Amino acid sequence: MEELLGIPVQALFGQILLGLINGSFYAILSLGLAIIFGLLNIINFTHGAQYMLGAFLAWMGLSYLGVGYWTALLIAPLLVGLTGIAIERLLLARLANVDHLYGFLLTYGIALVIQGLFRNYYGASALPYPVPAELRGGYDLGFMFLPTYRGWVVAISLAICLATWLLIEKTRLGSHLRAATEKPGLTEAFGINVPLLVTMTYGAGAALAAFAGVLAAPIYSVNPQMGADLIIVVFGVVVIGGMGSILGAIVTGFGLGLIEGLTKVFYAPASDIVIFVIMIVILLVRPAGLFGKA
Amino acid sequence: MTVPVLSGSVVADLVLPDDETVVRRRYRATFLVLALVLAIAPFVAYPVFLMQVLCFALFGLSFNMLLGYGGLLSFGHAAFFGLASYVGAYAAKYGGLAPELAIVLGALSSAILGSIFGAIAIRRQGIYFAMITLALAQLLYFVSVQTPELTGGENGIQGVPRGKLFGLLDLADDRMLYAVVAGIFLAGLLFVYRIVRSPFGQICKAIRDNEPRAISLGYRTRHYKVLLFTLSAALAGLAGATKAIVFQLASLTDVHWSTSGEVVLITLVGGLGTMLGPIVGALVIVSMQNYLANFGAWTTVVQGAIFIVCVSLLRGGIVGLVQKWTGRAL
Repeated sequence: MEELLGIPVQALFGQILLGLINGSFYAILSLGLAIIFGLLNIINFTHGAQYMLGAFLAWMGLSYLGVGYWTALLIAPLLVGLTGIAIERLLLARLANVDHLYGFLLTYGIALVIQGLFRNYYGASALPYPVPAELRGGYDLGFMFLPTYRGWVVAISLAICLATWLLIEKTRLGSHLRAATEKPGLTEAFGINVPLLVTMTYGAGAALAAFAGVLAAPIYSVNPQMGADLIIVVFGVVVIGGMGSILGAIVTGFGLGLIEGLTKVFYAPASDIVIFVIMIVILLVRPAGLFGKA
Repeated sequence: MTVPVLSGSVVADLVLPDDETVVRRRYRATFLVLALVLAIAPFVAYPVFLMQVLCFALFGLSFNMLLGYGGLLSFGHAAFFGLASYVGAYAAKYGGLAPELAIVLGALSSAILGSIFGAIAIRRQGIYFAMITLALAQLLYFVSVQTPELTGGENGIQGVPRGKLFGLLDLADDRMLYAVVAGIFLAGLLFVYRIVRSPFGQICKAIRDNEPRAISLGYRTRHYKVLLFTLSAALAGLAGATKAIVFQLASLTDVHWSTSGEVVLITLVGGLGTMLGPIVGALVIVSMQNYLANFGAWTTVVQGAIFIVCVSLLRGGIVGLVQKWTGRAL
C-alpha cells in the first residue's frame, strides 16, 4: 500500500492528521464562541487575540521565567480567563442594553489593541516554541508516522470538548447556564445570579481560546497575527455549524479541519478557501446552518 | 439622513423637525457649506491628504448607507473597495483605459460582486450577516493572494497612470485631480441622498425597522436588501477605484479585513446615520494614520482604542454629539 488514489499514503495520512489538528482548534474556538454567544448574544472577535495570548503567555513563561509547557497549559488559560472577566465586567456589561452589534465592534477594538501591542514589542516574525520533552518522538503506525505531540493535541482537544459538553448538558451549573441562555429574566427570578454567570462564561470562553493557543504554540510558531486570520475561518465554521448546538460545533470543527486537510492533498491552492466555499453552499442549501435552528 | 441606526443608538434620541421643506432646506444648506469647504480646503491643506480623506469618506458613505438605511452591518466592505481598486488599476495600467472609464469599470465590477455577496449574505441576519460578509471578503483576499499575475501579489499593482480625464484634463496635476475627486465625492453624497429619500429608500427603512410587516405589505424584502447592498458595493467600488488612480496603487491592503474594520471605524467615529459623519470620521482617522505612520503598529492600537471609546461612550460619533448640542440634523 504505497499509494491511495494516486497520492502517497504517508502524505495522505499526514495531511489528514494536520487537518484533524486544525479541526481541534476550530472545534475548541467555535465551542467557546458558541458558549459566549449563547449567554451574551455577541460574537467575541477578541477570541483570536485570546488564542494568541495563550500561545504568547506560554512562550513568555518559558523564555523569561523558565515556566514549562505543563504549567503554561494551566496558568495561561487562567490568566486569559481573568482578563476576560475584567473585559466583561468593565466594558461588555455596559453594553447589555444596546444593540448587540456594538458588542461585536467592541471586541473587535479590543482585539486590535492586543494584537497591535504585541506586534510593537515582538514584531511580526515567528517565535519558536519547543515540543515538551515528554511528548517528543512518535510512533510508526505502519502506514504513517505519528508524532506524539500531534496525537496528544487531537486527543486532549477531543477530551476538552467532551468535558465542556458534559459540563453544560449534565451538571447543575450547566442547567443554570442553559436556563439563563433561554430566559435570563426568569432564571434570575429563581435566585440564580445571572450577571455572575455571564461574566464567568465569558471568562471560560476566553480561557478555552487561550488553552487552544498553548496547544498550538509548539505546532505553529508563535506570532502576534496567529489568531487574526484563524478567527475569520472560525467564523465561517460557526456559520456552517450554526451556534445552537454544542456537539454540532465540535463535529463541524473537526469535520471542516479534515476536509481542509484533504483539500491540501488533492488541490493545495484551494485549501485556504475551501471552508468559505462550503459556507456559501450551506447558506444556499440550508441557511440556518447544519445544526442551527431556523 | 438622520434616521436612528441600530436600536438603542444615540442618534435615536434626536428630535427631528417634521416639516419636509425645512429638512430639505437644511440639507441643501449643509451640502452647499460642505462644497464651499471642499473648494477652500486645497489652499490650506495638502491636496493628496485631502484626496485620501475624500476617498475614505466616500467609502464610509457607502457603508453608512447600508447600515443606516438597511440595518445591515457589513464587515467585508474591503472586498468591494479592493476589487474596484484592482480592476481600476489593472484597466488603467495594462488596458490603457482613460481614468474615468477605469473608475466606472471598477465600480461596476464591485456592483456585480456586491449583488452576489449580498444575495448570499442576506440569507442570515444580524451578527451572522456580519460574519458572512467578513468571511466572503476573506475569500476574495485569499484569491487575490493566489493570483499574483493579476494582482501583483505582495507588490500590488504599482505605477498606475493617472492619465487625462476625458482626454483633456491632465490628472498628474494634484490640484486638478483634487477637483475631480471632490466632484466624485459630492456626486456620491447626492446619490446617497437621492436613494435614501426615494420610495425605495423608505421601503428599505421599513424593512430595517420591521421586516415581517414589510413582507406582509407585499414587498419582496430580499430584493430590496440585495439592491441596497449592490448600490452600497458600487459606491465602495467607486471609492476604491478612485483611490487607485489617486495613489497610483492597488494592493492587498485594500482587500484585507483591516480595511473593512477601518470603514466601520470611520463611520462610527463620525456618526452612524448622519450625512456629515463619514467625512468627519475619515478626516479624523486618516489624520491619525498619517500622524502615526512612523510608529508601526501603534496605529492599530490607537484604532482599537478609538473603537472601544466610541462604542462605550460615544455611540453617536462626533457628529451625533454636535447634533445633540445643537438640536440640528447634520
